[in-house]
Amino acid sequence: MNKLRFPAFPLYYAALVLMLYLPIGVLFLFSINDGIAFSFPMKGVTDHWYRDMLKNAELMSALGNSALVAVTSSVAATALGAAAAIALTRFDFKGKAIFLAAALMPLLVPFLILGVALLILFAALDIDRSLVTVAIAHTVVSLPYTLLILMARLVGFDPKLEEAAQDLGATYPYTLRRIILPLIAPAMLAAWLVAFTVSFDEFVLASFLNKGEPTLPVYIFGQLRFANRFPQVVALAVLVMVLSITLFLISNWLQRIGSQAALEQRLGDGK
Amino acid sequence: MSNRNSPVWVLMSPSALWLGVFFVAPLLLMAAYSLRPDMRGGLFALGWQPTLKQYQAVIEQGSYLWLLGISVGMAFMVALVATTLSYPLAYFLTFRVKASAPILLTVLILPFWTSYLLRIIAWKIILGSNGLINNLLVSSGLLHEPLALLLYSRQMVVVTLVYVWLPFVALPITAGLQRIDKSLLEAAAILGAAPWESFLRITLPLSLPGVIAGFFMVFIPTVGEYVTPLLVGGSAGSMYGNIIETFFGDGLNWPLGSALAFIMLIGVLALVGAVSRLVDLRRFVG
Repeated sequence: MNKLRFPAFPLYYAALVLMLYLPIGVLFLFSINDGIAFSFPMKGVTDHWYRDMLKNAELMSALGNSALVAVTSSVAATALGAAAAIALTRFDFKGKAIFLAAALMPLLVPFLILGVALLILFAALDIDRSLVTVAIAHTVVSLPYTLLILMARLVGFDPKLEEAAQDLGATYPYTLRRIILPLIAPAMLAAWLVAFTVSFDEFVLASFLNKGEPTLPVYIFGQLRFANRFPQVVALAVLVMVLSITLFLISNWLQRIGSQAALEQRLGDGK
Repeated sequence: MSNRNSPVWVLMSPSALWLGVFFVAPLLLMAAYSLRPDMRGGLFALGWQPTLKQYQAVIEQGSYLWLLGISVGMAFMVALVATTLSYPLAYFLTFRVKASAPILLTVLILPFWTSYLLRIIAWKIILGSNGLINNLLVSSGLLHEPLALLLYSRQMVVVTLVYVWLPFVALPITAGLQRIDKSLLEAAAILGAAPWESFLRITLPLSLPGVIAGFFMVFIPTVGEYVTPLLVGGSAGSMYGNIIETFFGDGLNWPLGSALAFIMLIGVLALVGAVSRLVDLRRFVG
């Protein structure tokens, strides 16, 4: 009887997924359409915009700026997050609850407010706005993500491994290097990828805290007024979307294979 | 454990310092700035008397608070609609599919990790006055002039934001639903409860923490929005965030802008504080 029922849930899911992917599909078609305005039927297929894009120095430098900011901030957020996650899951100390609340707070403060506040701070300290200030801000907002991913992984691993190492005479730094870091390495990579993606797409902080060296989203925003350059921007965006999706899928996969359950299963299979 | 306590400070202090300098301090500075009478002198200029002048200005200029009210209302709408539309998805993924659930969830979330700006622009290409739908309608002779479908209004801002957040909200709701002990549902069925009855009396109440977490994950960023109104709202669709942005940009009145931002910050934090007494939000953000 169940099989004869009207498949309302699957249809609803399919309709929403279609809605979500429709704009991405349209952007792709736009990027290979032989014309500046987009209309159906398409005028013809071209790789013109992709070739123009590669020659567009401003666009390429915006891409480079974004990559630089994303790499720096994600490495910093992962390192800070890993250290804090180890301390939070393996030790008891005063102020633990307060620290955790403060570290997750960036998720609760609208980016506009953080952007404005950092603008005031950098003005007060007489620090010029630059890619560095953007990277600093991105580290702050990526930290909750890396912290949560790494804490989830550390909670999933039995601390007895570390205790055993120390009972056998290993120093703490040695235990950290030989036991803890290898165990959380997949989760660190996953956290890094999430932080990278968060930074790469971020617009609000990047536009407030930067002057003269736009990151990609800021550059795209500025180009919206110029219809003739728009197809190139879309072409690049399509490539960036493919990259983001790939990174996300890799990160997702890493979070799964890095779990203790997955590890035990692999060990079990090996027996 | 005490003999191993020394690494704690080495592990903790970098991030504590980072958050202190680049998160807590700026917000406190912003609060201090909002008490300044004007922008004369540097930030650490001495001799200014703390004053509530800016707050007074906000209250006297009634339109700011009016716009804050509208923005809160819009954010409430967006969060409510997004969670409501997302709930059946999460329900479907938790109770109706088995092995393929993680894949279906990933497919749903993926667009969220692509450029938000470009997805909005794509909708403008589809819906705009020169967009695909209008082109089709005009060229097929159904319409004589393009229909400016929804573009440039507050409704369009709300619709767009619902669209942007919908897939993401499925995450905390799914997490909440997965926590429900399935034996409760079996027990209800054995005792003769109809499916809708056990949904209303077991599933729905137990899933509320996840729903509330999802609600706030949408509500908070939406209250502070100013980019989406710029893209699809036009002058009629501006939000509270747009005034703040103006005072820190062309309008150049940082003390007043700080007061406006601080009012929003306190409002958001008070709301979150009140709700987190009811629900442990942290369990759902991971």
